[in-house]
Amino acid sequence: MIKPVMLWTDALVFLLLAVITFFVWTVYRHEHLAAPWRKVGHSASGMAALVVLSCFVLIGFLDTLHYRVSIPGKDGKTTYAVEVLSALDAMVGPLRTQKEKTYSAPLATHLFAKETLQGADGREIREFPRLRYGGAGLKDVRRDHVPDVLQRAALGLGAGLLLWMLPVAWVCRRVARRSKSGLRAAFLSIARRETQVPWHAILLAIGAVCIVASPMAALASQYHVFGTDKVGQDVLYLALKSIRPGLIIGTLTTLVMLPFALALGIMAGYFRGWVDDVIQYLYTTLHSIPGVLLIAAAVLMMQVYVENHGSLFPTTVERADFRLLFLCLILGVTSWTSLCRLLRGESLKLREMEYIQAAHAFGVSHARIMIRHILPNVMHIVLIAVVMDFSGLVLAEAVLSYIGIGVDPSMNSFGSMINSARLEMAREPMVWWSLAAAFSFMLVLVLAANLFGDAVRDALDPRVSTRKAVPAAPAKAAA
Amino acid sequence: MPTRSYCLIALLAAWLLAGCGDGVWNNPYRGGDAGANILYSAFAERPKHFDPVQAYSENEYAFIGNIYQPPLQYHYLKRPYELIPYAASDMPKPLYLDAQGNALPEDAPADRVAFSEYVIRIRPGIRYQPHPAFAVDAAGKPVYADLTRERLRGVHTISDFRQQGTRELVAADYVHQIKRLAHPRLHSPILGLMADYIVGLKELAATLQKAAKALPSGAFVDLAPHALEGARVVDRYTYAVRVKGKYPQFLYWLAMPFFSPVPPEVERFYGQPGMAEKNITLDWFPVGTGPYMLTVNNPNRQMVLERNPHYQGAVYPAEGAPDDAEAGRLKDAGNALPFIDKVVFSLEKEQIPYWNKFLQGYFDTSGISSDTFDQAVQFSGQGDVTLSEEMQARGIRLQTSTATSVFYMGFNLLDPAVGGYTEQARKLRQAITIAIDQEEYISIFRNGRGLPAHGPIPPGIFGYREGADGINPHVYDWVEGKPRRKSIEAAKQLLTEAGFPNGRDAKSGQPLLINLDTSQTGPAAKAMLDWYVKQFDKIGVQLVVRATDYNRFQDKLRNGSVQMYFLGWNADYPDPENFMFLLHGPQSKVKIAGENASNYANPEYDKLFDQMKHMPNSPERQVIVDRMVDILRADVPWVWSWFPKDYTLRHGWLYNSKPNKMAHNTLQYLRIDAARRAELRHAWNRPNVWPVILILLIVALSFIPAIQAFRRRERATATQAHATHVAAEAKP
Amino acid sequence: MTSYLIRRAVYGFFILVLVNLLTFALFFFVNSPDDMARAQLGAKRVTADAITKWKQERGYDKPLILNTNSSGAGVVTNTIFFDKSVKLFVFDFGRSDQGRDIGYDIGTRMWASLAIALPVFVVGLLVTVTFALLMTLFRATYVDFWGVVICVAMMSISSLFYIIGGQFVIGKLWSLVPISGYDEGFSAFKFLILPMVIGVLGGIGASTRWYRTIFLEEISKDYVRTARSKGLPELRVLFRHVLQNAMIPILTGVVVVIPTLFLGSLIMESFFSIPGLGSYTIDAIQSQDFAIVRAMVFLGSVLYITGLILTDISYTLADPRVRFE
Repeated sequence: MIKPVMLWTDALVFLLLAVITFFVWTVYRHEHLAAPWRKVGHSASGMAALVVLSCFVLIGFLDTLHYRVSIPGKDGKTTYAVEVLSALDAMVGPLRTQKEKTYSAPLATHLFAKETLQGADGREIREFPRLRYGGAGLKDVRRDHVPDVLQRAALGLGAGLLLWMLPVAWVCRRVARRSKSGLRAAFLSIARRETQVPWHAILLAIGAVCIVASPMAALASQYHVFGTDKVGQDVLYLALKSIRPGLIIGTLTTLVMLPFALALGIMAGYFRGWVDDVIQYLYTTLHSIPGVLLIAAAVLMMQVYVENHGSLFPTTVERADFRLLFLCLILGVTSWTSLCRLLRGESLKLREMEYIQAAHAFGVSHARIMIRHILPNVMHIVLIAVVMDFSGLVLAEAVLSYIGIGVDPSMNSFGSMINSARLEMAREPMVWWSLAAAFSFMLVLVLAANLFGDAVRDALDPRVSTRKAVPAAPAKAAA
Repeated sequence: MPTRSYCLIALLAAWLLAGCGDGVWNNPYRGGDAGANILYSAFAERPKHFDPVQAYSENEYAFIGNIYQPPLQYHYLKRPYELIPYAASDMPKPLYLDAQGNALPEDAPADRVAFSEYVIRIRPGIRYQPHPAFAVDAAGKPVYADLTRERLRGVHTISDFRQQGTRELVAADYVHQIKRLAHPRLHSPILGLMADYIVGLKELAATLQKAAKALPSGAFVDLAPHALEGARVVDRYTYAVRVKGKYPQFLYWLAMPFFSPVPPEVERFYGQPGMAEKNITLDWFPVGTGPYMLTVNNPNRQMVLERNPHYQGAVYPAEGAPDDAEAGRLKDAGNALPFIDKVVFSLEKEQIPYWNKFLQGYFDTSGISSDTFDQAVQFSGQGDVTLSEEMQARGIRLQTSTATSVFYMGFNLLDPAVGGYTEQARKLRQAITIAIDQEEYISIFRNGRGLPAHGPIPPGIFGYREGADGINPHVYDWVEGKPRRKSIEAAKQLLTEAGFPNGRDAKSGQPLLINLDTSQTGPAAKAMLDWYVKQFDKIGVQLVVRATDYNRFQDKLRNGSVQMYFLGWNADYPDPENFMFLLHGPQSKVKIAGENASNYANPEYDKLFDQMKHMPNSPERQVIVDRMVDILRADVPWVWSWFPKDYTLRHGWLYNSKPNKMAHNTLQYLRIDAARRAELRHAWNRPNVWPVILILLIVALSFIPAIQAFRRRERATATQAHATHVAAEAKP
Repeated sequence: MTSYLIRRAVYGFFILVLVNLLTFALFFFVNSPDDMARAQLGAKRVTADAITKWKQERGYDKPLILNTNSSGAGVVTNTIFFDKSVKLFVFDFGRSDQGRDIGYDIGTRMWASLAIALPVFVVGLLVTVTFALLMTLFRATYVDFWGVVICVAMMSISSLFYIIGGQFVIGKLWSLVPISGYDEGFSAFKFLILPMVIGVLGGIGASTRWYRTIFLEEISKDYVRTARSKGLPELRVLFRHVLQNAMIPILTGVVVVIPTLFLGSLIMESFFSIPGLGSYTIDAIQSQDFAIVRAMVFLGSVLYITGLILTDISYTLADPRVRFE
């Protein structure tokens, strides 16, 4: 028996998903809205990035489905454990529970530092202690370790390649059916990059994900792929858990600031006069305060609130979650101003358009004009801002956590990973794997976000006309 | 591109010529100081106070301990710690008086002693460091008295006053400083404590408070007209302090900077209008008679202590602990102190640069953080540590000492869930204490630099017991000559008896939740809190970590809304009283904002405490201390955690270093071999330029095909100008 | 022009008023004077008396905004708000909670911040504009393609990695420069190389890409085509015409930053032990010395507003057609 738990950020994630679904549905229904998105779909780098990004989003989403396990209670009543788990925890089970004593290197079978152990003859010897879980199944560690790792990696690789065949086959069939040609011809057209949708890039990205993830999964059951940290937690698990806070900060921040930026920006541009003055005054003021200081003050303020209302946040998870949400809020406050300014500029232009003037003449109310006529026409700016801000926010989280005003110390995040890993760099031999894991996960996530953001901007921003996509080959395949 | 590489090469060349003539490029100090008799050390944060009335923390004492000269000091080498005279000519002996002021014999019972009088004689001929406050003109009048704001115009720091002077140390300076404890504008952390002991100090504080209110804000408060009943000048070199009752620990206080001499003219000098605005205060520029004087105070970057030219007469001790002769620490016996001319402290906030600079030879000693420890130290058996071969080859030496500190995780005894004195509550606390594996904590987070605590008193302090007698029988068993932590099953059994089978309330079936409040942040916090959660998980108890900022944490301690918390205590002086009082009932945090954050109160313990605190160290005192520790072990107000062990690394060219947790005037004993240091720095820091050249070369080469292509295109466009616009299309 | 600038300055003043009110409200809600006293008095043996005394001395025992016990102007002036916030307008920063003169500290630390921020800014600008021009020059070749790829990769790396990696490789492995530290005058040079290189590297990705977009936009305009079709060499076109015309968008981004250079870089300064305003601010946040934080917020706002005004002026200088009335 489990009992679902809905944290504040979870609720907002679901709200965000609802908004996205609604948006996708609207876009799908309107040809003029769908056209630029089709352009995104034709960008090879954008689509490859989207594949990678979706993997991260999937992990983040799984980590959002929180629940508590039931424990048999007295007289038949069920009570629930305090610990809040997520679907991700359930899926990667052993990664979470198999904790070693302290540091161990990636794929190691022994701890990283020597300890004084009791030898078989009762004498004390200095030895690398055997790991509790890493390579636990091996009979003769010295002999079997390397072959076992290689074997598992190869198996994983094979499985990954097989897995990859599924989407490849599906895409080939789809292309074949669309172009009414054979499977082989379809495959060749994909391989020659002749399809309009860059299937080659998508499939390559999926292939890369399979090839990386599958051996990792195969090894993770027996070893610590990225080693373990100071208290023996699996670094891979920590990295996976860090994805959600990163995504949450990257997306929810924009979600919470959006209503303000939209309403104020459009109003300022549309009404002009004193409304414009007041709104400009407001955002120039906020913008002029150094962001870090504002965030620091606000985070401290939130701590006061949480401490004074301790009963509202009985568990660690809830406290951490509230802090994360608050961080999104305050990051939103410091970052909405630039979007607001852009929207104001665009609305200033739009209000002079003939169709708006016509609407005026017909006596349409201000609110209606703003919602029906101006809002849809500034949406592209909003979208561009959302995707472009994302990567910056993920990076900002790391810096804030470093200064000590980021996420709750009990929460896994890239910032806290880097923060603790940077001291490990001074050890010798160096403990490099935590930093490497944080680095690579963050690089891939932010890189994918940046590439996807570029593709969206190229497609949506009428200004960026200089980067016209030059088709590498004439579009032969019928879409 | 080529021009840019030339620029870079030119820059590199210029920099080479500029200041790195000695062939070492990464020297963070000026090149000329290479062979000088200078010790290099670091500080992590700016010390807040240098005024001896206010300074109370380790990083402040690191400086002023070497500047001021209290009457007493700790012997540098001897262990256990021993008090010896510093500015005093001999050790003062208390004279016991009854309420009428009649002398009592030495063995008078504590309840008959109304006052103890300490008569302190100081050595004649001690002189202050050169300072403008002592500068006098031909007529003997101070040069820098009655300064106006006008005259201070060009002055920004103390060295802008050209004339300096000195004068002899007199007993009145010590009495003046004791009065300053009650200064209305200063915040002495020990005023509250000392007002209970020094006769008339409380009254003086009240009078001065009133007098200061009458003055305009910021005006100089002159202490001279106000007498302090309990402190009087006997003659030029003698003064007497009268404290209430029997207070043998008072001698320890006399070794702390709180009881250093402060000349009234110095205070008057700094009290002149306009000085405070320019940060020219006693808090910033201390004036003492000790071996060193602060000549540069730039807490943003560097602090420099230089030899006090008037410091005389001190010699290196001839005897020490048994191992000192063997370690070569007695070779300098009888030589005049101090050995080192100048000590440079540089700001180093981050651990990694600090550690790396130590390895490069730019710091002479290094405290080691747990993470940099592995490189340096290997364990060889139980608790013994040696250096790695690489370090030994570099001539680096390791020194260990047990700090006089205790770290603990307290229960709030007022809390309904974990507090109380019932058998069940005790069992719950015992179970938790067993579950938290301190040995593992020490090995993971302290890299073995600690000892598991069995009680509140750390080793090296009177009352600590070693071996089988010293173990906490509620948590450990004595097996094969070693303490062994009781099993988790035992803890679970206790938990069941406490009414929480499997970590769940036997009545309601609800899981047991315990809150831990902490103000710990920073890189290590996350791992540590995770570890604690894991420990509680072993007995099925849920730990909720409530991380907060320091102020909020203190607030919650004060209003008693915590369940569990972390704290530590550094000893003021090596006496069990200084640890036992942390659990003394009347010291309760909630009641009087005292230091007993657990709000523990046990009548028997409190009675024994009052009895124990007046006693000299003796077998009878040991019996009482043992009984008190037993009571604590049974009541479990704290999870007995660990006593930190300090390890210091030093380079081979530094001699006579020995960690001393009580003495703060230790710089004078150190000696360095500067020539050897210069030599080794040179050998360890050969610059490695080829990777940079290689990278620049690769970048430059990668442009060559593009340049060629561009040339070709240019030539083509010259003939077919119209074709150019095609090239405008950029590839995405 | 002058009247425009005066209007901007007055507007700036009103912004500062709001900034001031906001920070005052925020910080006094966060940290009561009692909290400040406790944070400053240390951990051992703090009594209630000591706290009262501390507040009295620092002037935190007064009412927050209105003093009803006072008479005349004292109702407004004899308050914490007037003492701690209003006085900022005449750049009287007062004393920090530790008792130091903030104005003096800012005055001395500012130069260290500038010593690192200015080279990073100037060199960074030169390097990124050069790279962007090179990429524009070699557009549609592998240089441009890989340039963009490297830029995107570089901007996807957290600035923390640049610092950690740079110290490790250049300072430790290659022993080329001191790992951290600072010195006054010319001796500061050797300490500034590493932070400068890291600062420039960290900014290359985003800026180069941004300038490249600007140049590409400019190069596709008609006048460039005309110039080219007249047979002007590509280099000449690029440097004479494109660079000049791209000045306005570059200026918008750049000039507003210049005054804030004084504030320094928060993280860089603490990693390299540079005694500038950035590390000053971080220390103040971590030790909860809000007198300093308030002063820094105010200073930051002032500098930002100065930057806005400077931007306006630089427009008229870069493009004589721009006139403000």
